[in-house]
Amino acid sequence: MNTLAQVKKPSLLSHIVATGTHQRLLAFASLILLLFGFSIASPNFMQTSNMIAILQATSVNGVLAVAATLVIITGGIDLSVGTLMTFCAVMAGVVLTYAGMPLPFGVLASICMGALAGLVSGSLVAKMKIPPFIATLGMMLILKGLSLVISDTRPIYFNDTEGFDLISRGSLIGEIFPSLPIPNGVLILFLVAIIASYILNRTLLGRYTFALGSNEEAVRLSGVNVDAWKMGIYALAGGICGIAGLLIASRLNSAQPALGLGYELEAIAAVVIGGTSLAGGRGTIMGTIIGALIMAVLINGLRVLSVAQEWQTIVTGVIIILAVYTDMMRKRKK
Amino acid sequence: MNDIVQMRGIEKYFPGVHALKSAQFDLRRGEVHALMGENGAGKSTLMKILSGVYEKDGGTLRIGGENVNPDGPRAAQNLGIGIIHQELSLMNDLTIAQNIFIGREPRLSFGRIDERSLNRKAQEIFDDMNLDLNPQAIVGEMTIAKQQMVEIAKALSYKSQVLIMDEPTAALNDAEIGELFTIIRRLKAEGVGIVYISHKMDELKQVADRVTVMRDGEYINTVNTKETPIDQIISMMVGRDLNEESIVIPDLSGAEVALEVTGLTRKKEIQDVSFSVKKGEILGFAGLMGAGRTEVARAIFGADPIESGSVKVHGRTCKIDSPVDAVAAGIGYLSEDRKHFGLALSMNIRANIAMASLERYTDKAGRLNEKSLEEISMDYVERLDIRTPSDLQEVGLLSGGNQQKVVIGKWLLRDCDILIFDEPTRGIDIGAKSEIYKLLKLLAEQGRAIIVISSELPEIMRLSHRIAVMCEGRLTGLLPGGSATTQEDIMRLATQRKTYMNPIGETQ
Repeated sequence: MNTLAQVKKPSLLSHIVATGTHQRLLAFASLILLLFGFSIASPNFMQTSNMIAILQATSVNGVLAVAATLVIITGGIDLSVGTLMTFCAVMAGVVLTYAGMPLPFGVLASICMGALAGLVSGSLVAKMKIPPFIATLGMMLILKGLSLVISDTRPIYFNDTEGFDLISRGSLIGEIFPSLPIPNGVLILFLVAIIASYILNRTLLGRYTFALGSNEEAVRLSGVNVDAWKMGIYALAGGICGIAGLLIASRLNSAQPALGLGYELEAIAAVVIGGTSLAGGRGTIMGTIIGALIMAVLINGLRVLSVAQEWQTIVTGVIIILAVYTDMMRKRKK
Repeated sequence: MNDIVQMRGIEKYFPGVHALKSAQFDLRRGEVHALMGENGAGKSTLMKILSGVYEKDGGTLRIGGENVNPDGPRAAQNLGIGIIHQELSLMNDLTIAQNIFIGREPRLSFGRIDERSLNRKAQEIFDDMNLDLNPQAIVGEMTIAKQQMVEIAKALSYKSQVLIMDEPTAALNDAEIGELFTIIRRLKAEGVGIVYISHKMDELKQVADRVTVMRDGEYINTVNTKETPIDQIISMMVGRDLNEESIVIPDLSGAEVALEVTGLTRKKEIQDVSFSVKKGEILGFAGLMGAGRTEVARAIFGADPIESGSVKVHGRTCKIDSPVDAVAAGIGYLSEDRKHFGLALSMNIRANIAMASLERYTDKAGRLNEKSLEEISMDYVERLDIRTPSDLQEVGLLSGGNQQKVVIGKWLLRDCDILIFDEPTRGIDIGAKSEIYKLLKLLAEQGRAIIVISSELPEIMRLSHRIAVMCEGRLTGLLPGGSATTQEDIMRLATQRKTYMNPIGETQ
């Protein structure tokens, strides 16, 4: 057994130097640099209220990006996360406002419908062998259409459901520490991130997620039921989109059926900035959260500096390309 | 001199390998010169130097009497050297004429392509070759044989004086082979020199004037095909002496049959293959590349579908439709291509060793027991002597031999008692090879049934208790292991084609 102990030491070191960690450090350093730069440029930036606004702005995109990360690590892509979020919000509206059921049913409906839609995407990819890009592109349009049909293209308001707006806008932390009124939406984002991270790194499902992205054929030839696990991951990602649906519906106190398109690209951008490889097999939830924060800080900071909105988009685009380029350069050097 | 090509003292090094050791080769105008040797003998490397794909590290290459050193396929083409690769490199969605003139299309003004003159020029080439092909036919819709004709036409359109054909008949049926030979003879009559790389003895007798044999990167001899019996060519190919301990074959008369395969069939690839392996036995599968050995292994393992045939494991018929079924029945398959089919390279040793048995280390909530995973993977790292700083090392960073041990560890942990090793020592250095051999013997002694597929005869001879030989999808023979069987015996069965077998001068 003493050989075990001997071997353990370099293992920790090599783990820290491991590739994923490196990119995450880089992303983290950029985030700090951005915060630092903006706080020098504008005294208003580092205000608590502004920080909380940034976190609040991160919450929906962050949760969607966590869902996208799971699918991207398998070597796939999910273009339907944005419209699925809206679809789930509409389904919560159907249960709560149309049917008048109590709050927990609405929450359950949103998450379950998300998982179900994810399962459909997963089956298209795993069973029918449709490339993930196409399968989820189709799902993106189908879900958008369904949202509009079900809601008759009109927003569904949650005025009659008491406490619905608190899901995102209330602050449990603020009640305990009044000086830190962090909204529940942010709390939920971090809970989702921690749970997803746990699943990825500590469970069978997570291990197969990485393995599928690393070498799907080798996993299949190991006698693993590849299709079932893949469907499971898409379903999990769908369920997480359901949570995002609740967050955005709560923030707007309504389900807006026309919303959702474009969110998938922001989510994928956060994943990429966070160092997850689009080729699959590598990635971290922590990186994705940092990626989502970088995007939110950037947009907020530019706004504080009164930079026009159209320029904010251009800067975001440049950041995405820079992030991936530095990653590629580093890999090439190796 | 009548030689168009003269290669002397050719040297080629790859990282860690001396691929060509003073190799030589001559080609005359209007002759078909066959180049033979086992897999890895250096035939393809030598021809890649001639066709400008590789640069030589030493020696001289003369074409038409002049010293040349082509620095790319384009340069070789300009010297009149055309090559037809085993894998055809045509664009399936373009027409024949478009394929032939790709990169040098006749143009009109404003960069428009002159389709009419393109088709006319192609037609001229076909007329010259006496070929019945429509220049405007889409390549992807034609048979492989016809596509090969297009490749030949393409090579000739560069005014090639030398045509290199790498296993041109690998994908052809008998009628198509006949067609190809007719064309070869016609080209020969026109003075084109043809280098013909093939494993098939009977074909040599049909088309080749001379044969040059290579072995381990070295030139062995050049002989006239007509005067040389096939057996002599075979012994030139296998030549090397095996100075090693003779294998001890255990008495397995009382052992239980672990795996019984009956009538396995799929199209041309696997034709009515039946065999069995006992517990504690190592069954070697010999044959040349493309003989169907890997296909048989993948079919047994459920990785590819079969048309008919049955698999019995420990006397019970098993329906194996997928690797999930095979693993459940206790069959493990170690692919010839570890990197693509065996390992998740970006993951660590621990994850890879546990890949086939993760469920066992998971609690009801789906959580992995990292502690016991670590213990078990460290156990295998020690037992298989995998050299690594830790079991968290990325598998992609390990050497070939250590990677292979990780794959073996995966199947041992899964407790598979029937293990199929497909080219277990490919890409592994000598030292690690003998370790793998020791490991295989040990596994057999422990009562596992082992199948070893290998293209290296010495490896087959060294390991196998019995030897199955395949050729073109058929099992052509089952030979006893040990000194009772010679490499020549195996080679004869490995080149035993079903039809098209009336070579002149065969001595048997």
